Amino acid sequence: MTSRRYLLLMAAALAELAVLPLFLLAVLLNFGLGMIFLLAPSVLGVRRLAQAARRRTSQWSGVELAAPYHPEPTPPVPDYDGWYRMDRTLYKTPRMPAWNMRWKWLVNDVASWRDALWLVSDPFVTFALLIPPAVAIAYGISAPWWLHPWSAPLGLAVAVVSALTIPRAIDLHGRWTRVLLSATRRSQLEVRVRSLSRARVSAVDSQAAELRRIERDLHDGAQARLVAMGMTLGAAEELIDRDPQAAKVLLAKARDASATALAELRRLVRGIHPPVLAERGLADAVRALALDTPLDVTVTIDLPERLNQPVESAAYFAVAELLANATKHGGARNVTIDITRNGTALRITVTDDGSGGADPDKGSGLRGIERRIAAFDGVLAVSSPAGGPTMLVIDLPYAFGTQEDDKPSMPKWKVMVVVFCWATAWLPLFPQGIVAAVFKIIKVRGDDGELVRSWLLALYLPEAWQWPFIAMMIPLGLCLYILATVLPVWHSKKRWIGEATARQPWLRR
Amino acid sequence: MKPRVVIGEDLYLLRDGLVHLLQAHGFDVVAAVESGPELLRALMGERPDVAIVDVRLPPTFTDEGLQAALAARRVIPGLPILVLSQHVEQLYARELLADGTGAIGYLLKDRVFNAEQFIDAVRRVAAGGTAMDPEVIAKLLASNARREPLGSLTPREREVLELMAEGRSNAAISQRLFLSDSAVAKHTASIFAKLDLAPGGDDNRRVLAVLAYLNAARS
Repeated sequence: MTSRRYLLLMAAALAELAVLPLFLLAVLLNFGLGMIFLLAPSVLGVRRLAQAARRRTSQWSGVELAAPYHPEPTPPVPDYDGWYRMDRTLYKTPRMPAWNMRWKWLVNDVASWRDALWLVSDPFVTFALLIPPAVAIAYGISAPWWLHPWSAPLGLAVAVVSALTIPRAIDLHGRWTRVLLSATRRSQLEVRVRSLSRARVSAVDSQAAELRRIERDLHDGAQARLVAMGMTLGAAEELIDRDPQAAKVLLAKARDASATALAELRRLVRGIHPPVLAERGLADAVRALALDTPLDVTVTIDLPERLNQPVESAAYFAVAELLANATKHGGARNVTIDITRNGTALRITVTDDGSGGADPDKGSGLRGIERRIAAFDGVLAVSSPAGGPTMLVIDLPYAFGTQEDDKPSMPKWKVMVVVFCWATAWLPLFPQGIVAAVFKIIKVRGDDGELVRSWLLALYLPEAWQWPFIAMMIPLGLCLYILATVLPVWHSKKRWIGEATARQPWLRR
Repeated sequence: MKPRVVIGEDLYLLRDGLVHLLQAHGFDVVAAVESGPELLRALMGERPDVAIVDVRLPPTFTDEGLQAALAARRVIPGLPILVLSQHVEQLYARELLADGTGAIGYLLKDRVFNAEQFIDAVRRVAAGGTAMDPEVIAKLLASNARREPLGSLTPREREVLELMAEGRSNAAISQRLFLSDSAVAKHTASIFAKLDLAPGGDDNRRVLAVLAYLNAARS
């Protein structure tokens, strides 16, 4: 495997070396002679090479190396007058604005330039890392063994050691690739913004659709029934003196109508926000749901506290939909629902022994669930081979607390230690350490000719102990300062590194 | 002596209506309260012959009323409680029936419309019987529909089972279904044989056995 990787890397480096002059020429012609049509193909060509390198590295290291590019611009949209506006220019056709946007997209993306830097340096880095061990192996094997009796085993040892360093060299190359080709914080943010705006649009859409459905249900159901009831009551009022018997019949009818209207309202309320959910929270609401299903449902729920309401509701309706699916399509008899908390995440697993074959792309409401939970960064994983069993997992990563404050604030004792360090570190470092050392070196004397000792402890000690004491005070002060800085950093290390970028290093939080 | 009643209901109109309705039918309303803590105090202090309790009460508007009722029954076993709600849940029915002592009612608020039947239910609960809403029973039966012994019941036996599970006596069932007393007795005997339950002596124990049977299947 190592030899295959080795050969692959060398081949890739050679290919890059072959492409490099072409790319440099294209850039030169593009920016020097204004042959701007060369930019897009050359940059996109380099991207392909870089993508191949990314794929290789992610595959070998097992850590995903996402593409850092900004998303491709969407095609230009005409204004109301049919013209295409770009900055302060109007165009008749979308060609020029589209071209301009593409140009900007390629040139303004830092990743393009990082790619270029990678292309220029990667072949040489690869050769520098990978050729020496190969040469050493070759030399070790072909060592002139007839010259000296020791040269043969020594050469063999050199060859073996070199062979052992090759995987390390390949690893190192992977790290180097990661440095230049991994996604920047900025591009990650851009991707995130896109997915968030998509989620927002779909959340708003589904909410509006929900409101329309409720309006329609009320209009056709309860509202209409109340109107009919009012009319019946009016008729009964007219009849009550002339024909009490008929009035009684009408009143009974009105009562029935009110009961039906109530039943309809109950059904509607259940669809908006089920009463058990409001009264008891997710766990009991799911248990109640399981009781109302004609299947054998086993529910295991391990939730220490109630979730906040929107997440609870989304989770509830997702489970309801999955259960309904299992009943309707799956032909299942037994269903297991498992709800657990995992850090800040809520994980819901629904397994049934039905016929399987659930596919989000074939309707069946799975897409609807995905849309509903997308607003909470939730994901739905489906495993449903034909013939079953079906397993659906919903993961709501921030159900218990948000991404921003996933890190608890520092415990009190740490805060106290930090405050103490900041408050006292100056004392050993400056007066007792550095100032004492200065006084000792330049021998400051007062008016009376005596050595000034002030409150510098070291100077009151016996001569032999003075320097060791000063030498101890200075590191003590430094250690206190370092502790005061490092404690908070350790505490939020994860977030810190996550937000660090090349341009904005780890100094800002 | 008039049966003493405690009412826990937060809607003024409904509370007032219940007070009047019960007083008109010869009950003595000793307390009509509107929040969970007040209700619990009234239940423990008054030890009424029957309590009428709304599930959702202030201050939290969750299941205050139900919790108060369950807490009171833990202290005073068999305290007759009739729970009213805008919606019925099997989950709550099970919790109410869990201690197996009966004297429990669980009805939709709509059932108040029919004063006669409602008062009948209150009397039944006060006497230690049960009054389950037909909707609860329908849900119980629907979720048990696939289970074998229930499938073998005849339609008439099913009707009898439903009414029995609601907590009605043989006499009431025969009146409802226009059957003779002996016919109802025959049906109930047949149901008990098919469900493999021991035929109990009094109506109440019989109902609890049926409900326990229906609930047990789903645990």
